[in-house]
Amino acid sequence: MIKLHVNGAVRSVDAEPDTPLLWVIRDNLGMTGTKYGCGIAQCGACSVMIDGVVTRSCVTPVEAVAGKAITTIEAIEKDPVGARVVEAWVRHQVPQCGYCQSGQVMAATSLIKATAHPSDADIDAAMVNLCRCGTYTTIRAAVHDLAGAKPGTQGGAA
Amino acid sequence: MNAPFGEEALPVGEPVNISRRRFLLTSAGAAAGAFVLGFGLPVGPARAAAGDGAPAVVPGTRVPAFLEIRPDGMIRLQSPFVEGGQGIFTAMAQLVGEELDADPATFTVENAPTGADYKVMPPGRRGTGGSASVRTSHLVMRRLGAIARAMLLTAAAQRLAVPVGELTTEPGHVVHAASSRRLAYGDLAAAAMDVPAPAPDSVKLKDKAAFRWIGKPVARIDVRAKSTGKAVYAIDAHVDGMLHAAVQHAPRLGLEPGAIRNEAAIAAMKGVHSVHRLPGAVAVVAERFWHARRAVEAAEVEWQEPADRSAMRYMPADFSTAAYAAQLAAATGPGDTHETAGDVAHALEGAASTISATYQSQFLNHAQLEPPSTLARFNPDGTLDIWAPNQSPDGFLGDIAQRTGLAQDRIRLHSMILGGFFGRHFKYNTANPYPQAIALAKATGRPVKVIWTREEEFLRDTLRPMAVVQFRAGLDAAGYPVAIEAISACEGPSEGIANKRGEKLDAAAVEGVAGKQYAIPNRRIAQRYVKTPVTLGYWRSVGHSMNNFFYECFLDEIALKGGKDPYDLRLHLLEGNQRLTTLLKAVAELSGGWKSGPFVAPDGSRRARGVAMSSPFGSETAAIAEVSIEAGEVRVHDIWQAIDPGSIVNPAIVAAQVMGASALGLSQVLVEAAVYRDGVPVARNFDGYAVLRPGRMARVHTRIVESGEKIGGIGEPGLPAVPPAVANAVARLTGTPMRTMPLVPPTAAT
Repeated sequence: MIKLHVNGAVRSVDAEPDTPLLWVIRDNLGMTGTKYGCGIAQCGACSVMIDGVVTRSCVTPVEAVAGKAITTIEAIEKDPVGARVVEAWVRHQVPQCGYCQSGQVMAATSLIKATAHPSDADIDAAMVNLCRCGTYTTIRAAVHDLAGAKPGTQGGAA
Repeated sequence: MNAPFGEEALPVGEPVNISRRRFLLTSAGAAAGAFVLGFGLPVGPARAAAGDGAPAVVPGTRVPAFLEIRPDGMIRLQSPFVEGGQGIFTAMAQLVGEELDADPATFTVENAPTGADYKVMPPGRRGTGGSASVRTSHLVMRRLGAIARAMLLTAAAQRLAVPVGELTTEPGHVVHAASSRRLAYGDLAAAAMDVPAPAPDSVKLKDKAAFRWIGKPVARIDVRAKSTGKAVYAIDAHVDGMLHAAVQHAPRLGLEPGAIRNEAAIAAMKGVHSVHRLPGAVAVVAERFWHARRAVEAAEVEWQEPADRSAMRYMPADFSTAAYAAQLAAATGPGDTHETAGDVAHALEGAASTISATYQSQFLNHAQLEPPSTLARFNPDGTLDIWAPNQSPDGFLGDIAQRTGLAQDRIRLHSMILGGFFGRHFKYNTANPYPQAIALAKATGRPVKVIWTREEEFLRDTLRPMAVVQFRAGLDAAGYPVAIEAISACEGPSEGIANKRGEKLDAAAVEGVAGKQYAIPNRRIAQRYVKTPVTLGYWRSVGHSMNNFFYECFLDEIALKGGKDPYDLRLHLLEGNQRLTTLLKAVAELSGGWKSGPFVAPDGSRRARGVAMSSPFGSETAAIAEVSIEAGEVRVHDIWQAIDPGSIVNPAIVAAQVMGASALGLSQVLVEAAVYRDGVPVARNFDGYAVLRPGRMARVHTRIVESGEKIGGIGEPGLPAVPPAVANAVARLTGTPMRTMPLVPPTAAT
């Protein structure tokens, strides 16, 4: 059994140490907001935060995150920055099919947590997840909105 | 396109008496029936129209099949069309809500079950494709809302003991102005169940001027759930006692599994429940997906050649896309004519000058981000529940019934929202996982969910066809085209799906070189049918996706040959066509005025612009792209696109769809190609198969032109004008025609 700190709770899971965190989250813990897209860290749909840093769970062995703080999309609104990101996503009407958006929200949250007012270059470097619906421009607008917003506010016009 | 919905046309008959609702509600187990106007009926078509001599259902008229109004005023709507990102759930809420007089924000929308009620596309079909949902059904869905409103009004008249004519509605309420009384829909829903439904044709629809939500940028109803991980896709489906399955597909279509050399070893791997041979695949069922995947990938399968290859789509071991492209280019003969006018041969002979060129497209994967999956569960009572991504529920249901031998009313198909589709989730012979899920659930006696890994998906995805088109054109002494001939060597998607040539030419093979609206008096558009072993499918904007690139780029070559500006030539060829002239001028204006360049941008880069138009799915589009070349790579800075869909339901969703379709068009013209060597795809995942990444996205500016013409599609039309606009800009910038996708710009031209 491996002990995981997931969304503020301690969970014991029966999984081999090299099982990708993605499948532990989805199958062992039954939380399906984190998505499988490629399994090789190419698309970013599986992004979660480990100690506040965005991480691709599909290539992260579960043993590597034992004892660390895992945040999945299910708890994103409990994080003050995550809650702001979700509001920006809603305000900008970002999602289309929505399948990549858990990962996009994770990437944006991680970025804003690390850099409250990211530059264009920071955004380019951080927002690299694939979106086949082509919501890139809207994602960028939402992140820009967050980047320009004063910390602690919802930011931007409704 | 002819969407392959695979359904029988529905006989049109009289509406079922609404008094049957009580029975239907009871049979549906709706204990809360007293509080609902209707209930999304989980019954098949046989029950919905049960009984000898029962009149046939008129699709889109039986309110209880579609709408549930809850005591708190929240409204649940069963959508005949599947949501996959295109915003159709919101559009349905707008259309029904407009006439019901209920705010779309109060709606929860779900994919409807199978059944006759939901075959709302004339003449009685159902499917999500061809950008057809709103344009085929907007009046039916509005009428449904109007019928429901009429029933609420009648119930309110009885409750208030006033003539119905004295009542009006405000969003979510019936209002009696004379006595200042208001009744919430949620309070009236139960009583409304007992009033007779008005004849569908008797309800009056709103005048356009009175629209409160149609035509407005109403917020999508699904963005919060999709921003917080709460949206549930087929891959997320879960039932108690469920097992997981992973598959290893035959490396080439047509091969069948023989011995598994290490079968005992993989059966003994941790978590493995059982190992199975399926048609064209080996499957491992396990307690966890990761266990199943690890085991099935370890399987050493002896794949066997089929005894008879004639009846199937068989992938030979020596197939390559390069060789197929050469085969297409080498095809000769006049081809089969799809569109003709005047006398092309004669006009070419008499032309002052002629020009010819050969263009080529590539195979493309759908690459929707959600890999296909299906969960199947056989129940103790012999019924089957199945959760599957699909664009045509009744088509899938029919096939599932055939495969299982179950009557259709013994099968409940749960159509899940789609994690992208772009044409991926039609019924394709070898490209859907549901037959595997059914077989494994049957074999194990347990519910089984099959997920295709990205690698297995790219091995069985249906591809957008490849084509080689030979063009000839004749110009008059003034430099204007008087004749054009296009002969496309390809296999069309419908031909590929049928695995044979149809009696008629596959319109989806030539749409986009056919159906152009430029006034060129002599023209001939034809197809040379060249079969491919690659499995083919419908890909966003179908034939237009590549054919419009061919035609609009060759038109720029004609302009160059005739000494004309490409924008001016288009305007000239559209003389007298008010709709397209307006549209072309609109996109030029949106871009700040037409200029082709090359010019030097404020940042010092050398740039050029290209223009193109398209007539897909009942809508009209025009696009201008601005490009530069950086380090040998095309950089698209801006795309301006004007779209005329006649009239619209939601401008915000239209803009989002144009943006998304532009991204897919960019992806196609800049980076994508599905390549085969030695009978197998070279790329099996996103490390080898390039799709547009955020760094190469362009700014997209959209202008909606509502001409008032017949309403057209939205999901796909934003794509086809983008690749040629980009290619024409690159050709302008480099002085080299761009005749192949993805573009390979000359490196010396920076």
